[in-house]
Amino acid sequence: MEDKLILNGHEFTSRFILGSGKYSLDLIKAAVENAGAQIITLALRRAAGGDVANILDYIPEGVTLLPNTSGARNADEAVRIARLARETGCGDFIKIEAIRDSKYLLPDNYETLKATEILAKEGFVVMPYMYPDLNFARDLQNAGAACIMPLGSPIGSNKGLCTKDFIQIIIDEVDLPVIVDAGIGRPSQACEAMEIGAAAVMANTAIATAGDVPAMASAFKKAIEAGRESYLAGFGNVVEKGARASSPLTGFLHN
Amino acid sequence: MAKTEERTNHMEYMQGMEILDSTMLDEVISAMNGYDYDRYTEKDVQNALVHDTLTPEDFAALLSPAAAPFLEEMAQRAQIETRKHFGNSIAMFTPLYIANYCENYCIYCGFNCYNKIRRAKLTEEEIECEMKAISETGLQEILLLTGESRKMSDVEYIGNACKIAKKYFKVVGIEVYPMNSDEYAHLHKCGADFVTVFQETYNSDKYETLHLEGHKRVFPYRFYAQERAIIGGMRGVGFAALLGLDDFRKDAFATGMHAYLLQKKYPHAEIAFSCPRLRPIINNDKINPKDVHEPQLLQVICAYRIFMPFASITISTRECERFRDNIIKIAATKISAGVDVGIGGHTGEQKGDEQFEISDPRNVDEVFKAIEEQGLQPVMSDYIYV
Repeated sequence: MEDKLILNGHEFTSRFILGSGKYSLDLIKAAVENAGAQIITLALRRAAGGDVANILDYIPEGVTLLPNTSGARNADEAVRIARLARETGCGDFIKIEAIRDSKYLLPDNYETLKATEILAKEGFVVMPYMYPDLNFARDLQNAGAACIMPLGSPIGSNKGLCTKDFIQIIIDEVDLPVIVDAGIGRPSQACEAMEIGAAAVMANTAIATAGDVPAMASAFKKAIEAGRESYLAGFGNVVEKGARASSPLTGFLHN
Repeated sequence: MAKTEERTNHMEYMQGMEILDSTMLDEVISAMNGYDYDRYTEKDVQNALVHDTLTPEDFAALLSPAAAPFLEEMAQRAQIETRKHFGNSIAMFTPLYIANYCENYCIYCGFNCYNKIRRAKLTEEEIECEMKAISETGLQEILLLTGESRKMSDVEYIGNACKIAKKYFKVVGIEVYPMNSDEYAHLHKCGADFVTVFQETYNSDKYETLHLEGHKRVFPYRFYAQERAIIGGMRGVGFAALLGLDDFRKDAFATGMHAYLLQKKYPHAEIAFSCPRLRPIINNDKINPKDVHEPQLLQVICAYRIFMPFASITISTRECERFRDNIIKIAATKISAGVDVGIGGHTGEQKGDEQFEISDPRNVDEVFKAIEEQGLQPVMSDYIYV
């Protein structure tokens, strides 16, 4: 059976979601192609309106747009931006960002949940960016989210999986795709996220600011594929919990 | 000129000025007064540069003379932070001066009420014409400015200008006289979302000798403008000291602390810095930025960036093409273009004189290309009004 990422019934073979912010626009197309990405995020605040260089003109056809609600500071604003995205013709996918901290850009889980409840009822494919908390992930699932998007570390920090253990708990306990978003700075970190069972990885800054953007997009693609493959293959005991002791502690049972 | 004994108490609010229950002014001033920049060593600077998140003490070290030999290291770190937070994006905008009447007597400013210049105020039709002309250049962000005269440019007039601006632009900022929070709320409703107020200098004794008459004389009212703007619902606020007026290191430190404390109190507030140096004005071509040369300016800008990596930093046409083109590679994230600091110059004959002399007359296309030539992406708007 083909290994697919499924979001509210929509199927994707790529597990690499590419961000489109922070780019030189003429590099976006090459990045999408080299990344093999089928989903690209789009800040409505950069896309709406007749920009001199509108970001939409640079996104290849056939790629699913994932507009985000960046700029929203609460649920109400996120809902308004989501509706505007739909009206603008960006489709039904929406990545919720509700952020009221301009320093670290950490998501506000409470506001994110409120927006998820409203938008899921309106038929959106809701992909909430969140701070990894198991209870909250369950609440998002109950509210109709299509996936869970926990942050690896603060946006743009390139620090990788600072929240690894907490993301692992969500992966283990919640029956929704878990897409690691934010903070992934290197292909090795993307690979690590996939190895622990993430359904996909989203990255932006690491690729947008690379010396060779298309080459870095390609490197991420390979890392994500390698991570996925190794997860599916299943790790041996050696990696999981160390080697089996040659003098077993339970040997006394047989003496 | 009013003599010292005739001048009003600059720390006392005038009638109608809103007073906030806040201690931020005392905190900033006491931090600034305690800032002895000569006591910092190379080691302090090196330590600051390896910290992930800088403390105010680290920021103080980066602004000190001890940091001067580390300017290259600071620029390298600043560039990393800028690209991390802003990627390759450089925002473009232009200021539009809609009136130059002013009730203040600030001795360094071309608009001051005793300076003999041509005064003018655009009508709503003229504002619309100017904005139309500007929007045709492709810009989507505008900063509306007036001289500081409530009488000639009242809140309603500025609000109407914001409403017109909203028709032609996605991002509307204002740089006008400080006002009360309900007035900021009104302008927010009219479409403005960003407020910039320069404190000029945080040394209140010096401030008093530079701002001799008018409401601008009231130091604390000006200081709390950003906080009132946030209370009024504005998304972002801009800070600046006019470098060269007083001790630039202390002023830059106070500017950073002001922004730092405001962001701490209002975490959602978007923070911006401007880094103006003194410029010559009509009837006084001797005005200059004194000891703030380009290396000092660069040090200040890099220190702002490393201390508050998420803040927007604007570079205006007070600086020349060479400096502007290089600073966007390092730390600045917003640049003006097609600038006219007089009244009415975008559509025809200017009817009011300029605030200061600009150093970079390039138009929007030229600046756009210059940004691209640096391998960066000009961005007309990254904002949505909600």
